Formats: sequence, C-alpha cells, structure tokens
Amino acid sequence: MSRYALRRFLQAIPILLILSVLLFFMVRAAPGGPLAAAERNPNISREQIELLKKKLGLDQPLPIQYVKWLGGVFQGDLGESIKFHRPVSAMIAERIPNTLLLVGIAFLITLLIALPVGILSARRPYSFFDYCATTLTFIGQSVPVYWLGLALILVFYVNLKNPATGMPLFPSGGMNSVGQEHNLGDLLWHLVLPVTALSAEWAAWYSRFLRSNMLDVMHEDYVRTARAKGLVERVVYYKHALRNAILPLVTLIALDLPSLFAGALFVETIFSWPGMGRLFWDAARGRDYPVLLGVVLIDAVLIVGANILADLLYGVLDPRVSYD
Amino acid sequence: MTELAIAPPHEESLARLVVRRFFKHRLAAIALVVLGLMLLLALGASLSRYTPTEQDPANQFRSPGAGHWFGTDELGRDVFTRILYGGRISLEVGLFSTLLTIVAGVLVGALAGYYRGWLDNVLMRVTDAFLTFPTIFVLIILGSMLRDQPISWLKNSVLVVIVIIAGLSWMWPARLVRSLFLVLRERDFVAASRALGSGDMRIIFGHILPNCIGPILVSGTLQMAAAIITESGLSYLGFGVQPPTASWGSILSTAQTHVFTAPWLAVYPGVMIFITVMAINYIGDGLRDAFDPYVVYSGKKAKA
Repeated sequence: MSRYALRRFLQAIPILLILSVLLFFMVRAAPGGPLAAAERNPNISREQIELLKKKLGLDQPLPIQYVKWLGGVFQGDLGESIKFHRPVSAMIAERIPNTLLLVGIAFLITLLIALPVGILSARRPYSFFDYCATTLTFIGQSVPVYWLGLALILVFYVNLKNPATGMPLFPSGGMNSVGQEHNLGDLLWHLVLPVTALSAEWAAWYSRFLRSNMLDVMHEDYVRTARAKGLVERVVYYKHALRNAILPLVTLIALDLPSLFAGALFVETIFSWPGMGRLFWDAARGRDYPVLLGVVLIDAVLIVGANILADLLYGVLDPRVSYD
Repeated sequence: MTELAIAPPHEESLARLVVRRFFKHRLAAIALVVLGLMLLLALGASLSRYTPTEQDPANQFRSPGAGHWFGTDELGRDVFTRILYGGRISLEVGLFSTLLTIVAGVLVGALAGYYRGWLDNVLMRVTDAFLTFPTIFVLIILGSMLRDQPISWLKNSVLVVIVIIAGLSWMWPARLVRSLFLVLRERDFVAASRALGSGDMRIIFGHILPNCIGPILVSGTLQMAAAIITESGLSYLGFGVQPPTASWGSILSTAQTHVFTAPWLAVYPGVMIFITVMAINYIGDGLRDAFDPYVVYSGKKAKA
C-alpha cells in the first residue's frame, strides 16, 4: 500500500512537469500580452517599453523564463502580478479561503440532497417519487450553472423584495455588505444564491449516479445471499446494498473535486465572489500571465492529487482491491 | 420475472429494433421532435425580418411585443433573430465538436484496445495527461489566446471553439472505446474473421467497431450536451464566440449588466440552452434503453 502510494506520487512528478511546460508556453505564446495596451499608447516611447520588458523579464528567451519561473515555484514563489505588483502566491492565498467556503458549503448541501434522493428513488424504482426525482435530476443536469445564477438574481434580487424593508430579498453579489465584514448572518445571506446555483447541478449528478449504482448493486450475489438468509428487505437495502453502492461515489467525488472548482469559477464570476475563479477570470481578461499560471498550476496539482487520493481511498474502503 | 427482450425470432435488423425500442421511450421521442424543431428554427433564421447584427438606436430595450417577439437589446437588435442565429452557432458547435471528439476518441481507443502493448501504454498515458488538464481554465486561456492572434483563418471563433472543445474532450470516448475493444477482441467472431484472412483494419472497423455503436452513440449525446453548455459558458465569460456574432452565451453575457432594464435578455437565451440540452439528454436516455437488452418494452428495467 505505502509502496503503491509512493509510486503514484513519483509518477505524478513528470506529469506535473510536462503539464507546467505546456501551460507555461500556452500562456506565454498568447499574442497581445500584458504590455499590449502600453505599446498602443503613443505617450509611451519604445525605450520605456523595452525598459518595462526588461524589468518584468519578458525580454529573455521563453525557455529561460520558464526555468526561472519553475525555480521560483519550487520555493513557493509564483511570481508577481503584472497588474497589481503583488506576489501571486499572496493573492491566491487570500482568495483560497473564500472559494473553499463557497465550494465547501455548496458541497455539503449537495450531499444532504443527493444522498437521500438517490437512495430513496432506487428503493422503489419507477414509483411516483422516483419519477419526480429523475425528472428533477434531468432538469438539474440540463440547466447551465451560469444561467441558473442569472435567473436567481433576476428572481431574488430584481423582482422579489423584502416586505419589511423594501430591499431586495437576496444580494446580487459580493461576500459582505459594506461595514458588515465580520457579520456571520450577513455572510450567510450573501451565500444563499451562489450556493443554490452550485448545488443544484451537483446534486442532480450525484443523486442520479447513486440511484443507478443502487440499482446495479441490487443484482449482486451478496444481495441475493442476504435475502436468502431471510433478512428483511430494509436491512438488505440499507445495510448490505447501500455500503457497496456508496463506494464508487467516494471515487467520483475525489475525481470531481477539480471540476467543482470549475463550477465555482462561473458562480464566482456571476456573483462577484472574491475567490480563485474570479481572480482567474480577471487575470485572463487583463492577460496577467503570472496570476493565470499560478491559478492553473494549483488546479492541476489539485487534480493530480485528487486522482491519487481517489485510488488510495478506494483501496482502503474496498478490500477486494489490492495494490501491487 | 419479466422476460428479457432479446431480438425476436424473426430476423429484425439491429437498426430497426433500436428505432422501434427508441420510440417506446415516450420522452425520448418527444425530445427528438423538440430537437428537430430547434434545428428548423436555426435553419430558418434567415427568414426573419431582421438581421442579427442590424442596429436600431431608436429601438433600444424594447420589451417583448408584437414587433419584436423577444424584445430588443442595448443596440436595438432584435433578440428573437439573434437567438435564432445563436441557435445555429450552438448546434453547429455541439454537432461538429462532438463528431470531432468521437472520431478522435474512437481512433485512439480502438488502436489502444486492439493492439494493446506499448501502443496502448503510450496512448493511455497521453490520455491520462489530457485528463489532468484543468479543463475550464485551459479553455479560457486558449479562447483568450486565439481570439486576437494574427493568423486570419483562426479569427473564425466558432471554428476555434469547436476545435478546443474537442481537443479537451476526446479522452472520454477514447477510454470507453478502448475498454469495449479489450473485451470484444477476444470474442470468437474476431478469431473467425482472422482465420478467414481479414486484416487488422477490416477487423477493427468492419467487425469490432459496429458492435460498439450503442455506447458510442450514448456517449455522443452526453458529449453534445456538454459541448453546448461549454460553448455558451465560454461565450458567456467572453472567451468563446466573439461579438457581434450572436450566440446564446454571448447574449447572456450582456444580460447581466442590463438585468434591471431588460430582464428578457437573461431569460430567453437560457431557456433555449436548457430546452436543447434537456432534449439531447433525453435522447441519450432513450438510446441507452434502446440498446440495452435488459430493458423490457414497457420502458422499465427488468428485475433479475
């Protein structure tokens, strides 16, 4: 087991290195560049631009820039933002907690919805409840998260007003009201719409996945054995079948972790939530190379890490899996 | 308990069987009609009285009514017309990126699964590497990179979006097809065909691939739904299809700033995306049931 884990970690290193090369050259090959605006400005002379390039290290050949950048990465230095003149690692560090808060709460709500719905609708397939749940999951999977966000703003910010104050029912964006930076209630109030937008889609996927797993598992031999022993159907279902059906969900969640952050990108953009996704979007529009690279790299590490975690976790949870 | 629906004794071709079973799934049949209507609307876009880019400063933010069914936008353009043209883009991107994804995925998966050995190893490592790409981030970088580079044929943002979506999706069908090939290549009909002197290409494309058609079609519908959502999402963020070309996503992206003055801008394009994607998802569901021999005619799964 530990040897397997070690091997997986060692295998991850070349993948991440190749990925970093590809990402670096992809980002840097982009035309325009952060100095495009300065180059078009007639008040800035050629010499000044050359000077700027030199200062930012943009005058050197790309491979050298890459090696320098990578050297920095190993020391936790992701470079400096061209737009804000601040260390990228610091900018990302202050955004991570906000993204984790949003994604974490949305994920919790997702599980609270998806687990009972998936389990109950597979308990009596093609019943009325199952029919409603399945239809809802189809809807949830077909609504794009960015449109759901907009629709929520339209309904709960534009149209519905709080009858007591005449103010919008929920805010359209941001994390806090002005002057309410440490008010937990205010924070939760700002979380409602973004979390709803995020959880709707995830809950649909997970409940559908769990439902079909449960249905598959019910055909297994150990379920027949449990029934043959004379166990009540309730025990067979909730004890023997459920445990096995939930197993693949663990892997799915670990593998999904990065795409959860991708969903967060849309929601953060729509609701001006100051997280990593919003940071990335702003950086992409302003061509702030170091910030772009920093965020993508962190996401890539997350994906590779989540993949390893999923494999290891599966081995821990399922005794039939052996590593050698 | 219930009898399994294996092909009836009188020889019915697989295609006819699948079509018949598909239409037993009522929602899938309805979905097919809906998607057909969407296609007709997109094809008939040029019949509209307006053009998608024609500006009319005197008619900004007209709410939906007789002259403009879905209202007008901030430049006085007819939203209904723009949505029709946007439908062309979305369906075009969905269809062609799916075709590209499937062709690439089938090639990689078939070669890897059929030949195994070092070829399989190399192809699967490349597939793994692509799977670790942080997709949405890379799409945004590629989208922003390609939109203002000097080569003129790359200026066609629709083509660019099709290629980059396929470039980041082919791994899923590749894995699927590989796993199917690994099983099917051991079957007797493959050995028989080889004994008759068939070459590898004939076995791969003539004998094994036709047996994979069901799962490939189903994964194609999933891919198409995802591609349409991705395209609109990219365009919504400003890194997909570029203005003034109308796309459902790009109409949505201006909608947010005008959510008070023109809420209809936020409603209609989203409804179109939703209906299209939902229809495709139901078609996929119908196909899955149609190809699955364990589903009995009532549309329910047989209990073992």
